[in-house]
Amino acid sequence: MAATLSPPRLLPSGDSAIAVEFSRTIDDAANRRVLALDRAMASEPISGVTETVPTYRSLLVHYDPVQIDFGSLGEKLLALAQLPVPAAAKARRWRIPVVYGGEHGIDLEDMAKTLNTTPDDIVARHTAGDYRVAMIGFTPGWSYLSGLADSLAMPRRQNPRLLTPAGTVSIGGIQTGVQCLAGPSGWHLLGRTAVRTYQLHRDPIFLLEPGDAITFKRVDAKTFAEQDRAAEAGEIVAELITS
Amino acid sequence: MSKLVIASIGPASSVQDGGRPGSQRYGLAPSGAMDRLALAAANTLVGNPLFAACVEIGPFGAAFTARDGAVRIALAGASRNADIAGRAVAFDTSVTLADGETLTLGFARGGSFSYLAVEGGIAGEPTFGSLAVNARAGLGSPYPRPLQAGDELKTAAASGAAEQRIELPPAPDAPIRVVWGPQDDEFADDIKKLFVDSEWKISATSDRMGYRLEGPLLKHLHGHNIVSDGTVNGSLQVPGNGQPIALMPDRNTTGGYPKIATVISADFGRFAQTPAGRAFRFKAVSTAEAQAAARQFSELLRTLPDRLRPIENLDLNIDALSDANVAGHAVSAIDARTWQIASPADASGPD
Repeated sequence: MAATLSPPRLLPSGDSAIAVEFSRTIDDAANRRVLALDRAMASEPISGVTETVPTYRSLLVHYDPVQIDFGSLGEKLLALAQLPVPAAAKARRWRIPVVYGGEHGIDLEDMAKTLNTTPDDIVARHTAGDYRVAMIGFTPGWSYLSGLADSLAMPRRQNPRLLTPAGTVSIGGIQTGVQCLAGPSGWHLLGRTAVRTYQLHRDPIFLLEPGDAITFKRVDAKTFAEQDRAAEAGEIVAELITS
Repeated sequence: MSKLVIASIGPASSVQDGGRPGSQRYGLAPSGAMDRLALAAANTLVGNPLFAACVEIGPFGAAFTARDGAVRIALAGASRNADIAGRAVAFDTSVTLADGETLTLGFARGGSFSYLAVEGGIAGEPTFGSLAVNARAGLGSPYPRPLQAGDELKTAAASGAAEQRIELPPAPDAPIRVVWGPQDDEFADDIKKLFVDSEWKISATSDRMGYRLEGPLLKHLHGHNIVSDGTVNGSLQVPGNGQPIALMPDRNTTGGYPKIATVISADFGRFAQTPAGRAFRFKAVSTAEAQAAARQFSELLRTLPDRLRPIENLDLNIDALSDANVAGHAVSAIDARTWQIASPADASGPD
């Protein structure tokens, strides 16, 4: 039991947001406290708070300075942040299909060479992992996952690519991630999923929530193509294992 | 129903409103007008809600033609030469374009963005409550991209209401106020002093995602990588080259560079209007002072309607008046969306 938790730092982010910082490094315990504070604020909203943005090690709390000032909000946040972290709420668990390697994951071969193993072994280790959505940020639906095996960690590329495909599943440092939109990335590209973590005209528009549990499942290129068509038509494609 | 046809328009021009905050936890930028006071002033002049959608016009010229009826408009924000068929049009004033008339705008002077409000608003289909264009996310209506010549904005027919002007307080020629942090402890005291003691300029390679600043190099104490955390409008992040980037409404919602300071919300519009290449300074203030300024700014927005004045010596536009009030107010939704490939200009990646 965590009897006393160290207080987070309250960092002003201008006059309309406070970063509640639990750690300066990527730290699973800190991320759990971030998500716990986020849940606490969702269940008992503080008047004047407009939205919250959970990240690895801090919760950014946006607020309206006409309704509440930095000092009063800071006190409320400190009090909430020092409550014991409740036993992890039952997380939703998703299984996300990925086509690994080849044209879909152009860095898989190189990763295998660098790590002195085979592409299949990399895939086996990646699909064996039990991940959690630590944060969603950067661009719509870009989901950063914690829980990558230490043996798969790889420094980011020296030269980021200006354009990587929609649905890319990749590794950057000690993180793995699922991106939704095509965009720039300095991470190593393992494969692609047909799952859209962000899709307009679908309910829900955003599929994943911070705190969701994730596992990956290998599929072949033909299955990916079928799933891609289904996803384009609005199907979720990811399997919801528990909710 | 009338419409405003874009006869010509430069880059960095798009439909913007109060934006769509609320989904930053999913990586979706809030977008919305760069200068909210100018947006609100233009809307107030034609009787729209403060943060209704306007055309945000970038630094270059533009021309708009009324079709299928008269259109009542107002201009606010960065001033420019403006005329309708040779008649000069003032900023901070409403005016009615007769069917077939063209409003021609020159380059922006003393600012970057002007706002063209149309009475009755711009017809479109909101996403998360907003028509604001966010091209990277494929959002915005009626066009999910910057405006182009030939685009049409459907709107209500002009009401024929008396034209009016609005008296705005003059924009102060004062430093842009910032609050230190959230990561000013990643910088030595002499670097923080350098930041507030130096002149800065906004680079021409800036856009609605970020303004690149040019000035003295800001060295980090512990390197330029931090663990990604959340961003706000006006975050001044300092990447490896020591030249800050101010994050603007289409920003990435998280970022992995230390943020030395944050532009206060009351000064954000004035900062966004600073023309590229013009020297300016920052001034650090306390959070309490920034919040007092935010309350003042909010009060200014709330009382904008009290600042409306009738126009004396009215130079009547008889054509426009006779066109007004001849059509109904039906506003239909338009559905035109495509997915956009991310801008290659965004050379950063996920952190």
